[in-house]
Amino acid sequence: MFEIAIVGSGPGGISAAARAAELKVPHILLEGALHLSNTIYRYQKGKHVMAEPEALPLRSPLKFQAGSRESILESWDQDVAKLGVNVRHGAEVTAIKKTDAGFELSIGRNDKIQARNVILGIGLQGNIRKLGVAGEDAPFVQYTLDDPDEYEGETIIVVGAGDAAIENAVALAKQNQVVVVNRREEFARAKEGNLRAIQKAIEDGVIECFFGSAPERIDKLTVGKKPGRMILNTPKGRAQVLCDRIIARLGANPPRTFVEACGVKFPNDDPAAVPAISEKYESNVPGLYIVGALGGYPLIKQAMNQGYEVVEYILGRSVEPADEPLLRAKFESMPGFKSVNATLQKIQNAVPLLATITPLQLREFMIDSTLLAPKSGEAIFKRNDYTNSFYCLVDGHVEVLMDDSGDKRVVLNPGEFFGEMSLISGRRRTATVVAGKSCVLIETPRRSMKRLINSVDAVKKMIDQVFVERAIRARFGEEATAVQIRDVVKGATLQRFKAGDVLFREGEDGDCLHLVRVGSLTISRQIAGREIVLSYVPAGNYVGEMALLGGGKRSATAKAAIATETIRVERDAFRKLLAQNPMLRMKLANEVKQRTAENITTQAGASSGDVISFLIGQGVGEATDVLLIDESLCVRCDNCEKACAETHGGTSRLDREAGPTFANVHVPTSCRHCEHPHCMKDCPPDAIHRAPNGEVFIADNCIGCGNCERNCPYGVIHMAAKPKKKPGLLQWLLFGAGPGPGESPYDPDSHEKKAVKCDMCKDIKGGAACVRACPTGAAIRISPEQLPEYAYARAP
Amino acid sequence: MHDSILNFRSYRYLWVSILLCAGSLTAYLWHDPIGVPNGGSWLGYTLGTIGAVLIVWLLWFGIRKRRYGRAIGTARGWLSAHVYLGTSLILISLLHSGFQVGWNIHTLALVLMLLVIFSGFFGVYAYLRYPALMTRNRASATREAMVAEIRELDAQALQLADKVDKSVHDAILRSIQNTRLGGGLWAQLTAKDDSGQALTRLKEAVTQAATADKQHRSGQTMVVMVDFLANQANDVQSDTLRRLIDLVSRKRALASRVARDIQLQALMEIWLYIHVPLSLALLGALTAHILSVFFYW
Ligand SMILES: Cc1cc2nc3c(=O)[nH]c(=O)nc-3n(C[C@H](O)[C@H](O)[C@H](O)COP(=O)(O)OP(=O)(O)OC[C@H]3O[C@@H](n4cnc5c(N)ncnc54)[C@H](O)[C@@H]3O)c2cc1C
Ligand code: HEM
Ligand code: SF4
Ligand code: SF4
Ligand code: SF4
Repeated sequence: MFEIAIVGSGPGGISAAARAAELKVPHILLEGALHLSNTIYRYQKGKHVMAEPEALPLRSPLKFQAGSRESILESWDQDVAKLGVNVRHGAEVTAIKKTDAGFELSIGRNDKIQARNVILGIGLQGNIRKLGVAGEDAPFVQYTLDDPDEYEGETIIVVGAGDAAIENAVALAKQNQVVVVNRREEFARAKEGNLRAIQKAIEDGVIECFFGSAPERIDKLTVGKKPGRMILNTPKGRAQVLCDRIIARLGANPPRTFVEACGVKFPNDDPAAVPAISEKYESNVPGLYIVGALGGYPLIKQAMNQGYEVVEYILGRSVEPADEPLLRAKFESMPGFKSVNATLQKIQNAVPLLATITPLQLREFMIDSTLLAPKSGEAIFKRNDYTNSFYCLVDGHVEVLMDDSGDKRVVLNPGEFFGEMSLISGRRRTATVVAGKSCVLIETPRRSMKRLINSVDAVKKMIDQVFVERAIRARFGEEATAVQIRDVVKGATLQRFKAGDVLFREGEDGDCLHLVRVGSLTISRQIAGREIVLSYVPAGNYVGEMALLGGGKRSATAKAAIATETIRVERDAFRKLLAQNPMLRMKLANEVKQRTAENITTQAGASSGDVISFLIGQGVGEATDVLLIDESLCVRCDNCEKACAETHGGTSRLDREAGPTFANVHVPTSCRHCEHPHCMKDCPPDAIHRAPNGEVFIADNCIGCGNCERNCPYGVIHMAAKPKKKPGLLQWLLFGAGPGPGESPYDPDSHEKKAVKCDMCKDIKGGAACVRACPTGAAIRISPEQLPEYAYARAP
Repeated sequence: MHDSILNFRSYRYLWVSILLCAGSLTAYLWHDPIGVPNGGSWLGYTLGTIGAVLIVWLLWFGIRKRRYGRAIGTARGWLSAHVYLGTSLILISLLHSGFQVGWNIHTLALVLMLLVIFSGFFGVYAYLRYPALMTRNRASATREAMVAEIRELDAQALQLADKVDKSVHDAILRSIQNTRLGGGLWAQLTAKDDSGQALTRLKEAVTQAATADKQHRSGQTMVVMVDFLANQANDVQSDTLRRLIDLVSRKRALASRVARDIQLQALMEIWLYIHVPLSLALLGALTAHILSVFFYW
């Protein structure tokens, strides 16, 4: 019986084991892979590992500072040996059962061990899926591929149909004979570019593909030239393929299923949800602790600190959490500061939204947040800013000004929150908020707030409720009374739609009205047997009121252009509101009249709808600002790219030539500055932000993990190293010194790559360099509000 | 929303130029010099100074174009002004000289300037006309993609040709070697590929096959041949030939599109090779012109 069993030797697990070894506590470190720290082991060769967050002190028997992957792994290996950590490699834990004395852990198929406490540090990478057939571990079978150019003249079977499998197959096909095995009839899960590449390779006979086929077994061969063969079940019967190598790219099983099987609860089904853990990292299963990325702490240093602390806690000792000094520094300036814990308590008492979250969540929340004490009259944010942080009012008041004149204002009291509108819709601020006397605020960045919403249902409910109420009040509240509004709010529900889902169809009976809160819609009509897009409705607007005001039938079809959420208001509640408020009715009727007129003009130039459809297909529907090039003006001088490279450390953040064209409108590969940037989703150090004017940019604390590059659906992020310094323009002109304008090769020896993307030239006076450098006026940037007007002007 | 260089800010610089020209002309007509009008009068000096400043400013555009970060205004605004003010130089310089020309350094400067300006006219024409042609010609493919496809078609054709006979193989090989896309400036302007010859040779081969079959019909077009071949589905050799013809025709279509693409791009750039060096020569001539005037004062 071990006192502590540690599962997973990532930075979290390894640091816990090292601390246990240091304290001579009976322990065992179980690692599924054949080496320590598999996640880091699998980083690209020579990767520069960064030690973010800089301000956080490291607390671990192991050393860790920024450096190459190799040096870090090597130093850990040495430290682990020196400290005498009891580690077992190749020991994948398949089940953890609670027993009377503690836990029973199953290792592999038939080995078991006992431990009083378990620390789970298995990260988020999941276990690579294996083939699941006899011979899956034969020496010529592999589940990763680092460098396709390493192999030459072999017959290689690639199993899988995702992007990784396709990329590998296509790259290997250059020098090898490649056979792809796909369980399905098509490559449904792949990105557009990969799909085209593999289809072409198959058509051209470069790659042979078995569709609808599954491996049945793998045999090692001792005679003949090939070391092995795969037996396949194909739709036409069994087939045998002789091969030199099998590469299976079947993805990874997310760890959640395994963790749930251990008895740990997740708050909801959201893939981003993390299990709730106590201040001492204990899960809902007593004695089962969770550290590192699995618990929602995606950086190495955080994981290492937790590993150390959790061992201390298990031994019943109290340690000051490593983040204590950070919090103290944050709180000290607060009037009446006594201790960190007292302040945390005070905050939790003051803000009902935070009342239900665990102390650990609160600490994390406060570390990411900033405490503000703005002067009375200072603007916290302005209407039409693009910022998306969230504010809780701890003390004092703020005033919300709904319009520029400042006539419509609302006062918020301590305990209330604001900023949820832009956080949720991803759009501009709808009001200006001004600080009142002696007010104290917590400002929380988008990611931390989203994480909290995803992990605590009560928080989500409370915010959604307030959102619905405020959205309805903002739309109809000017004319209606508070009581009337409350009636409408009561019946309102939230509805979600996937891209392409229909909210309602032309000709149907209108039974409700939708306020778009996330995403955007297209409005279309069937004309001469063809669906013609009439207009585009971004978040913050409503649709469906026409039918409720008039004849009752829908006059057009509303469709989600991207993933969309609406507030649905039922017909009866809405009609009641109108009946009570003739003024409101008149105002809405006027708006409807105007819209009908607009729709008729678009209809006249029906092809402008084609331009809208095309642009929405290119992601303009979720953009806040997009670069468009008029190909009838573009002289292909690439000045735009040169300007971008020249002003942005040598790499152009736009690729002019790539990207589709319709009616001479070309959408180059460049950032759309999405309302809800996909790139932000999984950024471990939270380095991607949105500036007040909407620019989505990457800050310097990027650790170069490449997640954003993979997550951006438009392929606009690159990993790049810093270029060498170069001489000035005149020196180049006169003496040819250094590379010319817009050219700046990277330092080839540098491994310190970071993600780079368009920042809309937010730091350059005069704005977008690409647009300003275009000599012919071909390149412009537009926002989606300008889309209908633009489409109308461009209609062929 | 996308506006061309000509209508930048509702033709702002066209108006500026018209005013400048009208002003100069009025002054010229109103001005009553002693003797014939020339550069030596006060008006001549004034117009000369304006002209010289304009020329230096027009030259500065080459620098402005490459100052991406620090520059003021947009390149389009600058170019719009460049075009209109540059054109107004014709009148201003002629007025400055009082329409006197001769075999001297002064007239050399004038001629150089006019050459620069007229090459500029061609540039504007090219910028307004060729981009749309280029887009249409490309039909949504990038040049890189087209070239990659050509390489592939070549490789496939060569493989197939291997199966036929040496003469066909040679013809295909020759056609691949003779396809040159890009290269020097002249090559870009006259880019061509040689698939036509290979096609002729292929047709011959088909004809020969047909003759051997004693079914020779004279004056057949390629289409007819393909039909004819289609009737002989069993014949592996003709089948291969037919596929070869397909491949080479497709390649020819692509190659001529790439060639046209390169040609259009070259046309949009070539005039700058006249415009810029001559404008530098003009700077030299202008300096000489001014120095000589002051020297012989
Ligand atoms: C490409 C990339 C680059 C990154 N760069 C940086 C950086 O520069 N700086 C930084 O601070 N962070 C970086 N990160 C994030 C960092 O890697 C993670 O936050 C960190 O590794 C998380 O540590 P962990 O201990 O929670 O889990 P992991 O490091 O993921 O370790 C989990 C371990 O558990 C093992 N395991 C899993 N399941 C089982 C099982 N059932 N039984 C036994 N063992 C199991 C795995 O094999 C693995 O060794 C990067 C991430 C990626 C993907
Ligand atoms: C004496 C008069 C002129 C001088 C000295 C001059 C000089 C220049 C220079 C130095 C450049 C920069 C080229 C480069 O660096 O790439 C340029 C570009 C150009 N000029 Fe002129 N120019 C003159 C008149 C004109 C006129 C009259 C026109 C048109 C009517 C014109 C049209 C252009 C165009 C279209 C460009 C290309 C811009 C680009 O592609 O970036 N120029 N000129
Ligand atoms: S990088 Fe990609 S995901 Fe991120 S904002 Fe730009 S286009 Fe959107
Ligand atoms: S806006 Fe700036 S950063 Fe973005 S593509 Fe243009 S030049 Fe590059
Ligand atoms: S700068 Fe303008 S004209 Fe030149 S390539 Fe870019 S978009 Fe085309």
